[in-house]
Amino acid sequence: MVQVRQSTIIDAPIEEVWAILRDFNGHDRWHPAIASSEIDGGEPADAVGAVRHFRLADGGELREQLLALSDKDRRLSYCLLESPLPLMGYVASIRLKPVTDGNATFWEWRSEFHPPAHRRDELVKLVAEDIYRAGFAAIRNLLGRRAAATPAEARPSPAIMPSRPTGVAARPVPSPAILAPSGNMAETTRAILVERYGGPDVLQLKEIALPPPAPDEVRIRHTAIGVNFIDVYCRTGFFDLMRLPGVPGMEAAGVIEAVGAAISGLSVGDRVAYACPPVGAYAEHRNMTADLLVRLSDDIPDEAAAASLLKGVSASFLLHDVHAVRPGEVVLIHAAAGGIGQLLVQWARHLGATVIATVSSDDKARIVERLGAHHVIVYSREDFAEAVMRLTAGAGANVIYDAVGVDTFAGSLAALAVRGHLVSFGQASGPVGSWDIDRLASKSITVSRPNYAHYTNTPEKLAPHVDRFFTAFRQRAVRVGQPAAYGLANAEDAHRDLEARRTSGALVLMP
Amino acid sequence: MTKVYVSSVIPAPAADVWNVVRDFNGLPGWAPFVAESRIEQNAHADRIGCIRNFTLKDGGRIREKLLALSDYDLSCSYAILESPMPVENYVATLSLTPITDGNMTLAEWQAEFDCTPEREAALTRQIGGGVFQAAFTALKQRFGR
Repeated sequence: MVQVRQSTIIDAPIEEVWAILRDFNGHDRWHPAIASSEIDGGEPADAVGAVRHFRLADGGELREQLLALSDKDRRLSYCLLESPLPLMGYVASIRLKPVTDGNATFWEWRSEFHPPAHRRDELVKLVAEDIYRAGFAAIRNLLGRRAAATPAEARPSPAIMPSRPTGVAARPVPSPAILAPSGNMAETTRAILVERYGGPDVLQLKEIALPPPAPDEVRIRHTAIGVNFIDVYCRTGFFDLMRLPGVPGMEAAGVIEAVGAAISGLSVGDRVAYACPPVGAYAEHRNMTADLLVRLSDDIPDEAAAASLLKGVSASFLLHDVHAVRPGEVVLIHAAAGGIGQLLVQWARHLGATVIATVSSDDKARIVERLGAHHVIVYSREDFAEAVMRLTAGAGANVIYDAVGVDTFAGSLAALAVRGHLVSFGQASGPVGSWDIDRLASKSITVSRPNYAHYTNTPEKLAPHVDRFFTAFRQRAVRVGQPAAYGLANAEDAHRDLEARRTSGALVLMP
Repeated sequence: MTKVYVSSVIPAPAADVWNVVRDFNGLPGWAPFVAESRIEQNAHADRIGCIRNFTLKDGGRIREKLLALSDYDLSCSYAILESPMPVENYVATLSLTPITDGNMTLAEWQAEFDCTPEREAALTRQIGGGVFQAAFTALKQRFGR
C-alpha cells in the first residue's frame, strides 16, 4: 500500500474552486490529461455512486466511481474501477479548506493504492505529478485567466424580476447574492435599461451595478444577444415580465466567467446559451440561474445560437408537441420570412408536410421560396384564405401557425380544413380579442394558445427541444441565416426595424 | 452556538510549525498577546487533561484544559475553564496540515462557544482577529522567508 498526498494553495475563494472540482464529470474541461468524460447511464454527476467513463489525451480509457461527496466539508472521494495502469485498489479524495487569511483555498489531493512492487516509484510519481500537480497547475491557470478577464457581470436587480408573470413563465426569482466573496467592489456592466414602458426610444444604454453570482447562478459574458418579438412586449409592458427599471432580453449566447457555489456541471470557460426568463439579456454581462442553460458544442456558433435558440426551441414544440406535423399534411405558416417563420417553413418541409407560406412582400416571398415553401402567398396582394382554398382544392390547411394575431385570425379560421388546428402563438399585429367558440363547430376546429414557458421551464422539458433543434441544425434540415447584427447600444434601431417589418430572419445585438 | 474559523498559510514545513505550537505551555514563546504561562499541578504539558494558566499582556488571566493532542494529525484541542471573556462552553482546536506544494503549512484555528446574541459579533471579531489571526501573523513573521 502506498499513499500519495499532494496539496497546494489556490489564490481564489473556496467557492470558486469547489464549483469546478465538485463536478465529477467536469475534469475533462480543466485537467490536461483528460480528453473527454461522460457519466455512465446519464446519471447526475453529483449522485454518489455515479461512474465517470473518461478518455485520456493518450487514448487510455478509465472508469471511476464517486464514493462520497460533501458540500459541507468540500470533499469528494472516488475509486478506480477500470484503468490501463495497475493502480490496484486506488481510492482517492479531494478536499478543500478555506484560507481566511487572504481569501484563498487549500486543496489536498490524496490517494492510496497497491502498485506492483517493481512499478511502485513510477506509479507514485505519475499520480503525484502527472495527475495531481498537473491538476493544481491547470486550475491555477484557469482561475488566473478568469481573474485577469473583464470585470464582472450584471444581474438585473431583484426589483425588476417578474413577480407575476402573465405571458410567459413562472420561474423562481434569483436570490440576491448573499455569499458575495469579499474583495468584489461594486462592479458594473453596460446594459439596455428600460426606465418606463414605451416605444423603441426607451431602450437606453446605461451602466448598471452587478453583484457577484448567487450560489445557484453563473456569470455570463455575452457574445451575442437574440432579439425577439417578446422583447417588444416586455418593452411596452404588454407582458408583465419586466419590472421597471429593467433590462429586457431572454436569449443570448456567451461564456461562463464565474459560477456560484452550488453550481455543478458548468465551469468557467464553458460556452452556453439560454432562451428563457428572467429578462436581462440586453447586457454585456449578467448573472443567470443555471438550470436552463444550454451548453454549446463547438459546431454551434455563438451568433447562430443567440439568433435561433428561442426560435428553434419554439419551432420544435410547435411542430412536434402542440401539433405533431405528419407527412402529407398541409401546413400554413404566417410571417414565414420572420425569424421563427423561416425555421417553421424549413422544418415542416423536412417533416414531409406541404408548406404554404404567407409574407408581406415579393422580396420576402423569394426568401421563403428558397427555404423550401411549396407555395408562397403575398397577403398584401391576395386574400390568403381564398388562396389556401384554391391551392388545396377546397380542402384547407390541416394546421396553421399564426403569430400575427388580430389581422390574420379570422382569415386563418377560414383557411382551415375540417378538424383543422389553429396554433395562435403571438399577436404581432395586436391581440386577437374575444371570439365566440361556437363558430369553431362549423369545421370542428381546434385552437391552441401555447405558452413558451409551459414547454420549456424545466430542464426535463427543455432538453428534448434543444437536442431536436441542434440535431436539425447539424443535419442542415434547418438553416439559420446570417442574423442582422446591431451594436448593443443600437437596440432601439433593432426594435424599430423589427416592428416596422423591415427585417427578415433573426436579429442579434453584439455587446 | 457560535463558531469562529481562521486559517492561514505559514511559510515553513508542518513539522517545524508543530514544534512551536504543540507545547501547550508554550504560548508566551509565539503568541504576541501572552505574557507568561504555567501548567497547574506541575503536570506535563502534553498530558491530556492538564490545565494551562496564563496571563495576557493586558493583564487578563485564562485557564484552559487540554482535551486532545495528536502528533499524528498535528492538532490540539482545549476548553476554556476561566477567562475574562463572556463565553461559555468554549472549545477550540488548532491544527496544521502540510502543503506539499512549496513545503509549507496550512494552519487552522477554530472555536465554538455560547454567548449572548448581542455579544456575538464583538466576540467573533476579538477571538478570530485579535487572538487567532494575530497569533498566525506572528507565526508567519517568525518563519518568514
